[in-house]
Amino acid sequence: MTNGEPARPDPDELLRRCQSEEFRAGRGRLKVFLGYASGVGKSYRMLDEGRRRHERGEDVVVAAIQPERRTDVRELLGHLEVIPLVEVDGQRAIDRAAILRRRPRVCLVDGLAYDNPPAWITAKRWQDVEWLLQQGIDVVTSLNVQHIEERADEVARIRGRRSTSTVPVAFLRRADEIAIVDAPEEYCIERARREGIGNGDVAALEHQLSQLRELALLLAADVVDYQLTAYLKEHGGAQPYATLERILVCVTPRADGETMLRRGRRQADRFHGELHAVYVNQPDLSAADATRIETYLALARDLGASVHLLEAADPIATIVELARSQGITQIFIGHSRAPRRWAIWRSNPVEKLIRGAEGIDVRIFPN
Amino acid sequence: MTDGPVEGRPGQLKVFLGYAAGVGKTYQMLDEGRTRAQAGIDVAVGYFEPHGRRDTIARAEGLELIPRRRVEYRGTTFEEMDVDAILARRPALCLVDELAHTNVPGSALEKRWEDVQLLLRAGLDVYTTMNIQHIESLNDQVYQFTGVRVRETVPDWVIRQASEVVMIDLTPGALRNRLARGVVYAPEKASQALEQFFQEPTLAALRELALRQTAHEVDARQSEPAVPPSGRAPAEGPATAAEKVLILVTDDPATAAVIRRGRRVADYLKAECFAVVVCPAGDLGRLPASAREAVEHHLTFARNLRVDTRVLAGKDPVDAVIEFAHRQGISQILVARPQATHPHHGAFRSDLVFRLIERAKDFQVAVVARREPRQP
Repeated sequence: MTNGEPARPDPDELLRRCQSEEFRAGRGRLKVFLGYASGVGKSYRMLDEGRRRHERGEDVVVAAIQPERRTDVRELLGHLEVIPLVEVDGQRAIDRAAILRRRPRVCLVDGLAYDNPPAWITAKRWQDVEWLLQQGIDVVTSLNVQHIEERADEVARIRGRRSTSTVPVAFLRRADEIAIVDAPEEYCIERARREGIGNGDVAALEHQLSQLRELALLLAADVVDYQLTAYLKEHGGAQPYATLERILVCVTPRADGETMLRRGRRQADRFHGELHAVYVNQPDLSAADATRIETYLALARDLGASVHLLEAADPIATIVELARSQGITQIFIGHSRAPRRWAIWRSNPVEKLIRGAEGIDVRIFPN
Repeated sequence: MTDGPVEGRPGQLKVFLGYAAGVGKTYQMLDEGRTRAQAGIDVAVGYFEPHGRRDTIARAEGLELIPRRRVEYRGTTFEEMDVDAILARRPALCLVDELAHTNVPGSALEKRWEDVQLLLRAGLDVYTTMNIQHIESLNDQVYQFTGVRVRETVPDWVIRQASEVVMIDLTPGALRNRLARGVVYAPEKASQALEQFFQEPTLAALRELALRQTAHEVDARQSEPAVPPSGRAPAEGPATAAEKVLILVTDDPATAAVIRRGRRVADYLKAECFAVVVCPAGDLGRLPASAREAVEHHLTFARNLRVDTRVLAGKDPVDAVIEFAHRQGISQILVARPQATHPHHGAFRSDLVFRLIERAKDFQVAVVARREPRQP
């Protein structure tokens, strides 16, 4: 940035880096096939990957597969060695002991979100997968977006019922690879009907599936974004990619903060993006102005914005710096109609922001 | 006996969307085409680019290929999709690879997506493939990510017209492996690609864009308005009244990026979108020749993206634009970021944008950045 000196690595950053390298050492690699409903072909893709790895000479076993499968899936299964699930009190779990004896290089695990039998060592199948990874075994698995813990409310709203078997999104973010299995809604309708999702109303079912599909695509995008950000941080804190719309609202006492924040929220929602708000502390605010700021910041938090409170001698430069580090694509700023505007033209903050925020859109709101 | 196209209704378009060469779009398209053919549908391949990929070529076996049209151009023979032959043959479903392709000069239509319009209008269903970087409104972002200015683009409305958009996904790691194994390109091209476009973070960024675009396409096809993903009640109130977007067209080359951005913003906000230019007496002929040419080029570009264009009369563009904005109830005006600063006092040379900002009362002014390739 200045004088061409190399940037000194941030110690926190270095620590995180070491930890993540330590975290990965000796650990198996995890690959997840994410789909939005039964019948999109997650299991098929997982087994197909297993077959190809097997053909390339990797030692692959199937550690979990659901029964009653389509013919193409059964055909693929014929190429692969299966370690059957163990049954405890009528429920099934991955046979940890058998896998440990067999020690394959790769395990294929269908239905990551399944619950284990109550008496089992872990409550959830994904915890057994975590254990496999710790043993240094690679895992290829399939997961339905309806079983993501953090999306349970949205799924319940879409489907009208809640799934209790869930996987935390943090587990997905640690996956080495995530692949979306996308297909038009019609592919799932037949199957979904057989499983009793929806009530036979095809239009309603299609709408439901379409919402789940959107959810799965956005979840995959979020995981990719999280991993991309982590990668960039690990490799020297390069500037983030503007892969999604990130709006930064500048809160000041003179601007119409409410309009800016509400517009920002709406636009961020439409773009499935993020909303940020920044306030650079101004000393000597009147009581009325201080109250206005408090109101705007409270609104920003209500609207789910990430709120940044900063101290700075040069507010505009600081806002630009924040925008760059956060990968902001649009800055919202209010235009104050100062009476002596022509006299102070050269130091007009709006002009200064436009000049400074190269590569970022600036949207100016009238007062 | 197989089913032919249905008379009197336009054909349906399905897009197989990927984020880079080699993710398996063509393979998937051919695979689904075969499944349809096995189900008794009359399927033919209008155009398919084998790129010497064995798996893909095997997928085309057994499907009828409609011979390509040979075109001589500057002493070289090119092969293009033969629209007339396809229309004469009239399959119910036609498979057309690489929607963004530009036809060789001298062809009846410039772009393959225009050829596909003819097939759809004739009632043929079409399956086609394209990559995210070919979507017109993403051109500047893709340039920012990759440093490559993609010339072969498809207007967003063509994709919106599709009844189905499906994302063909492959992880960047797997794609790079395929590239390294020589599945995608010949060896020397492959190693060059791995160094440039196919760097892992670039691929991840393009993939994220493709996932988001597909989610948007799924959203746009839902009958009911979506609840905000934030899970909160929508931010209602007077501040969120319907949006109308205005793009200010000038002879500045950055106008193209402003048009793309305006188109995209309007699509996402489900807003009306205008592109206006102001010139004396509303007559483009009164502009200097070079300015006139640039402005006409921008207006044509806007119309191709299905943006409503207007030529306004006025001596002062600011007056004319403000008057138009009031009349139309415009909520935001998009302008290009003022170009280079004055060498002496560091101010922007053009004060048009600042005068517009000064006088804006009931609309916002969005200054659209000039997006340059990001610093690695």
